[in-house]
Amino acid sequence: MTKMQAKSGPFRDLLQNLTPTAIICLLILIGLILLAILAPWISPHMPTKILTNESYQLSSDTMLLGGDYLGRDMVSRLIYALRITLGVTFIVTVLAFFIGCLMGFLAAVLGGIWDTVLSRVVDALIALPAIMIALIVIGALGSSLPVLIVTLAIIDSTRVFRVARALAMNIVVSDFVEAARVRGEDLKWIMWHEIMPNALGPLAAEFGIRFTYAILFMSALGFLGLGIQPPHADLGLLIRENMQGLLFGSYAPLYPALLISLITISINIFVDWYLQQLDTALPNEF
Amino acid sequence: MNSDNAILQVQDLCIDAIDRHGKTISIVSNINFSVVAGQVISLIGESGSGKTTISLATMGYTHPSCKIRKGKVILQGEDLLSLDLSQVQSKRGSDIAYIAQSAAAAFNRALTIGAQVTEITVLKGLMTRQQANKHAVSLYKQLDLPNPETIGELYPHQVSGGQLQRLMAAMAMMCKPKLLIMDEPTTALDVTTQIEVLQAFKRLIREQNVAAIYVSHDLAVVAQMADDILVLNNGKMVELQSTQNILNSPEKEYTRMLMEAVPQLQLSSTSHQSSTTNIDMQDSDHDDPEERCLTNLLTVSNITATYSSNGTVVLKDVSLKVKMGETIGIIGGSGSGKTTLGRVISGLMPPSKGQIELQGRVLKNTYKQRSLDDLRQIQFVFQMAESALNPRHRIRQILGRPLEFYLSMTGKAAEERIIELLDLVELPANFIDRFPRELSGGQLQRINFARALAAEPKLIICDEITSALDTLVSKAIIELLINLQQCLGIAYIFISHDLSRVAKLADSIAVMRYGEIVEFNSTDKILEPPYHEYTELLLNSIPRLRTGWLEE
Repeated sequence: MTKMQAKSGPFRDLLQNLTPTAIICLLILIGLILLAILAPWISPHMPTKILTNESYQLSSDTMLLGGDYLGRDMVSRLIYALRITLGVTFIVTVLAFFIGCLMGFLAAVLGGIWDTVLSRVVDALIALPAIMIALIVIGALGSSLPVLIVTLAIIDSTRVFRVARALAMNIVVSDFVEAARVRGEDLKWIMWHEIMPNALGPLAAEFGIRFTYAILFMSALGFLGLGIQPPHADLGLLIRENMQGLLFGSYAPLYPALLISLITISINIFVDWYLQQLDTALPNEF
Repeated sequence: MNSDNAILQVQDLCIDAIDRHGKTISIVSNINFSVVAGQVISLIGESGSGKTTISLATMGYTHPSCKIRKGKVILQGEDLLSLDLSQVQSKRGSDIAYIAQSAAAAFNRALTIGAQVTEITVLKGLMTRQQANKHAVSLYKQLDLPNPETIGELYPHQVSGGQLQRLMAAMAMMCKPKLLIMDEPTTALDVTTQIEVLQAFKRLIREQNVAAIYVSHDLAVVAQMADDILVLNNGKMVELQSTQNILNSPEKEYTRMLMEAVPQLQLSSTSHQSSTTNIDMQDSDHDDPEERCLTNLLTVSNITATYSSNGTVVLKDVSLKVKMGETIGIIGGSGSGKTTLGRVISGLMPPSKGQIELQGRVLKNTYKQRSLDDLRQIQFVFQMAESALNPRHRIRQILGRPLEFYLSMTGKAAEERIIELLDLVELPANFIDRFPRELSGGQLQRINFARALAAEPKLIICDEITSALDTLVSKAIIELLINLQQCLGIAYIFISHDLSRVAKLADSIAVMRYGEIVEFNSTDKILEPPYHEYTELLLNSIPRLRTGWLEE
């Protein structure tokens, strides 16, 4: 996310305006991302290795946050689950943005019948509850990583489509797009060179929000047992696996829940700050 | 200037702007003036001279990034700047009213006009809805609006721009304010509408006995409205005099400069004749006049255009001829189809009948079907440079793209050509890496024009390119156009509603009304009696630089 902003202009100015809350959120996010990337080197144990026969062991020197229901190290489980959740949702969101932006921009630039058909198809998809579509597709095709990613990306792309189309609609009517058209420019140039740079700011914010939704959605699927399959786990599955632990006074299911909240809240606060910056960075300052 | 019975007194007003890094820049300093009831003071200056900032400050308001450093704004003995926000807010809309530049942007399109005109008074509890509606109708009558009883039931898009501007005046006068602030209220209107609005405003101010501040860059308009004129430059007072004195004996050099920039039509008088012959003589130095007269560049024959959505005919059987290197002016009021004609020629709007020939070849109807070379030969310059240039592209890309696209020019050669183009439009070479937002309105319009030049066209269509600029800047742009034509031999179609400006550079003028060309002749013939009836109306609508003209 942060990388996308760099393109949108005075990156340094943006950093100078960081508020304390935004800094905290940014640090949390960077920390979690590093944790996910460096998982194999950081995690104290293999996430699938059973260290003890005792369920829900309390925290000890070998297992900092205690053990899970099978006696595996919770810290290692969490780090790897974070890796899977962030990795998969990132791919899902990027894919969703690619599809959504392409279709949204096409609908706005071509207009007419293209816009009508694309918009109605998206309306139809949005009319169905997202979780239901996911359940049907995964139920029919079985839960594998490619199926999961493509399904989530397509569901998410319908939301991106609406934002991208609305943004592009506003830009398409500008004189500079008309000037490009009368110059004889093709569709590709108009979409990538005239519209994209002007939509990038709001799209970057939307990327953050979509990312949190994808995390929540994937965690929900994991919790229902339809996401990543054991012995691997994402954050949602970790909660499900260890739910029984609450009865024995174990904190095991709370850690993954806490991580999910931490990520989504951090992203939300950071995006809020970023949107404020977009507003103040508008031209015509006086 | 009697300060005892003044409605508003501004004393030693200084306003700072604070940029993003917290640095303060003084944008307005040491302003003193006062207005008495029934009088109009005009703030005049170029864009950026602080005239709008001062007018807003008289309502106790500044843009969030500005701060009033010191000074007093005394409204009926009370200093607005010492009051807290809620007290000032109670004054706004009841004692002070504001008329914005663009009524079209200020009205909410989803509500009826009447509801918006009466909203503030009812909201403030000054009148009941019935009283407010009755008062509004009497104001509509005073402002000469058609169907005063029922116009309030219409929506903003159902009335014309000039009517909307007057309705906004009605909205401002609803609470019987003591002070009325008008910020360029007629700049967006064409000449014939402008005078109606000006007359209505002037009568209203006299009858309601309000003090008014009139902000404008157009001295000729101000001459009709104002009792006193305050000339501003860079946020400082240049001079404050009665209108008579300013017009007859301006003291300061800057005021004289502003006055010279007002395009004046001298109808069939000697000075105009000599200036045109002057240009003709210079022209003949560059290319053979014989040859110039013979080569036809563009022939538009019997064009009819309709909006496909509702079948409205916007152009009726229009024919036009443009010769190599000459300038055709197209003038007319708003809705006369002059912009549509430009769009049809450039292929942005396909005509339903008729054809366009470029150097003997028939052009396809839409830009999509035209060849790259045909597109290159005719360039279109849009009215608003701010929106015609992609805000995310640097000047390098804006000017480099047509070079790459039409002429396959890239790298070093392109960069040299871009600098050359910047030089042609009299901008420094270091602008090459700037973004459009870092340039002023006049500079943007030059870039906008340079982009058309980059394609090395035979014909450039200029759509109202000076109407959004203030007098001094547009004078400079017109001079630039004339110079470039002499060097490069490009033909222009210059679309404008301002006859005095078109007359400065056009060889021939086409006068349009209701989608038809009512008169098409050489500039000298157009400006010589006998006039066509509509041309005469246009000529008579141009404000003259003297007082009392509006009353005539």
